[in-house]
Amino acid sequence: MKQDHEAVNTKDMTDITIPSIAHSFRPDFAVIAAWVKPGAKVLDLGCGDGSLMCFLREARNIRGYGVEIDDANVLACFNNGVNVIQSDLESGLQSFESASFDYVVLSQTLQAVKNTENIIKEMLRVSKEGIVSFPNFGYWKNRLQVLAGNMPVSEALPYQWFDTPNIHNCTLGDFEEFCGQHGARILERRVMSGNRQVAMMPNLLGMLAFYRFEQQK
Amino acid sequence: MQDSNSIGIVEPQIVRFDTPMHLKNGTVLDSYELVYETYGELNTARSNAVLVCHALSGNHHLAGFYPDNPKSGGWWNNMIGAGKSIDTQKFFVIGVNNLGGCHGSTGPASINAKTGKCYGPDFPVVTVEDWVQTQVRLADHLGIDQFAAVAGGSLGGMQALQWTLDFPDRVRHALVIAAAAKLTAQNIAFNDVARQAIITDQDFYGGDYYSHGVVPRRGLRLARMLGHITYLSDDAMAAKFGRELRNGSLAFGFDVEFEIESYLRYQGDKFADQFDANTYLLMTKALDYFDPAYQHNNDLSAAFRAAKANFLVLSFTTDWRFSPERSRAIVRALLDNELNVSYAEITSSHGHDSFLMEDRHYHRLVRAYMDSIVV
Repeated sequence: MKQDHEAVNTKDMTDITIPSIAHSFRPDFAVIAAWVKPGAKVLDLGCGDGSLMCFLREARNIRGYGVEIDDANVLACFNNGVNVIQSDLESGLQSFESASFDYVVLSQTLQAVKNTENIIKEMLRVSKEGIVSFPNFGYWKNRLQVLAGNMPVSEALPYQWFDTPNIHNCTLGDFEEFCGQHGARILERRVMSGNRQVAMMPNLLGMLAFYRFEQQK
Repeated sequence: MQDSNSIGIVEPQIVRFDTPMHLKNGTVLDSYELVYETYGELNTARSNAVLVCHALSGNHHLAGFYPDNPKSGGWWNNMIGAGKSIDTQKFFVIGVNNLGGCHGSTGPASINAKTGKCYGPDFPVVTVEDWVQTQVRLADHLGIDQFAAVAGGSLGGMQALQWTLDFPDRVRHALVIAAAAKLTAQNIAFNDVARQAIITDQDFYGGDYYSHGVVPRRGLRLARMLGHITYLSDDAMAAKFGRELRNGSLAFGFDVEFEIESYLRYQGDKFADQFDANTYLLMTKALDYFDPAYQHNNDLSAAFRAAKANFLVLSFTTDWRFSPERSRAIVRALLDNELNVSYAEITSSHGHDSFLMEDRHYHRLVRAYMDSIVV
């Protein structure tokens, strides 16, 4: 498992042409794009309006599909010219052949998935590599709010406890332990706070965590 | 029927083909005619043509109306027109009555030149593959090398699928709506009950009812009533009719009492007045026989290896005759072949008939997809 805190590879990130479709630069997309090889076949789980797929298509010339449950998002994907399969992630990825993708991405959706173990298992099944990003519950501002006696509400976790879709929040440490227990070998990690990459004490200072992993050989 | 975006008055055209057509069942049709309608203009690059294939009881009259009958709106008027989801300002849209039909194309009720009589039961059993072959000839006649899209719902969706398999270079996009890559046993069973209703009608005369000056009305009516039940959902029927009584109280008899009975009988009568029983038999057989995976050891993915088109696959949540699961099977086969495909499962209460209904989300999806097609 790769646990060392790598320095920011700014070259990787600045190399990426910012697609015209991205009205505002999404640093989280750039992290993912930096990991994706040009021309790769990508599956984006919970793809929303397809903006990550658009970004990757223009930055990395990828092909592939998004999976999305919400009607409005599916329509937005159509409008963005993104291949989308309307389907519930919770019921698995039966539509997809084993080992049929180079990357399967779960971008800021892990914490909202009910059957976390199954989705990670399915990701490892359909793809050579998995990429996951999620808000780090161990972020210091979250910790402070819990210390003060409240559930955290922040930029990365913008919901109240009673209306949050985020039912499975975790910290960097939690996720790494989970990977170890579920046959996922972590290949790379990036931790961000806003536009900035976090190298020091990532579990405390990182707002958003990114992991690239593969099936434990 | 006329609305602000309607394409207005339309006129069907007929084309005759004298090159023999070899059908899948081994017979040869020396000549035949197809009736078709077009909407919009074919562009100079001839790249904006869209073929819309019809379902069991549909025909070539997709949109607009006939001058002598303002109520003669096309069956997909809500989808096709200027500014509509399939926009006739962008696309040149073609509707064709399939071979074996009863709305102007050569079919069982047409005169067989060899005998001087109606074909009747001698008209060959045609298949989806045969229809695609005849549609290709129509495309050639119209000077269209490649369709921007071939679209259809139900049996029409099967034709769109077949196009991508038989003529992968002649179709860029396929819109496959409320369709299936093959019928289930239950579906074939429904079709056979419908056929039995017609065939056992004493006015059927082995399919030669034309020469007896009658039509097997009772059978056709029952077939339609049965079909209609399966095209609707339990919920839609409950919402529309419930247990409403026509006259407010029970009559303790067998005449029409419940509103649903009245509705079904009306639909049956209307259909029996305008549809040919032999055509109904042929259309249901084409449905039953469609199974592109069959010659690939029942491997649908292998069947789609030939396809190159981009696909839009749509299903409706309450469609139990062509359920979302059937559409998902198509999607899986397309994904296995790394084809461009988008799939949406539309929430609708109208069962299989949903594909004909006005629905905001459904129409927006089709519009968004059609907008993305480069012509």
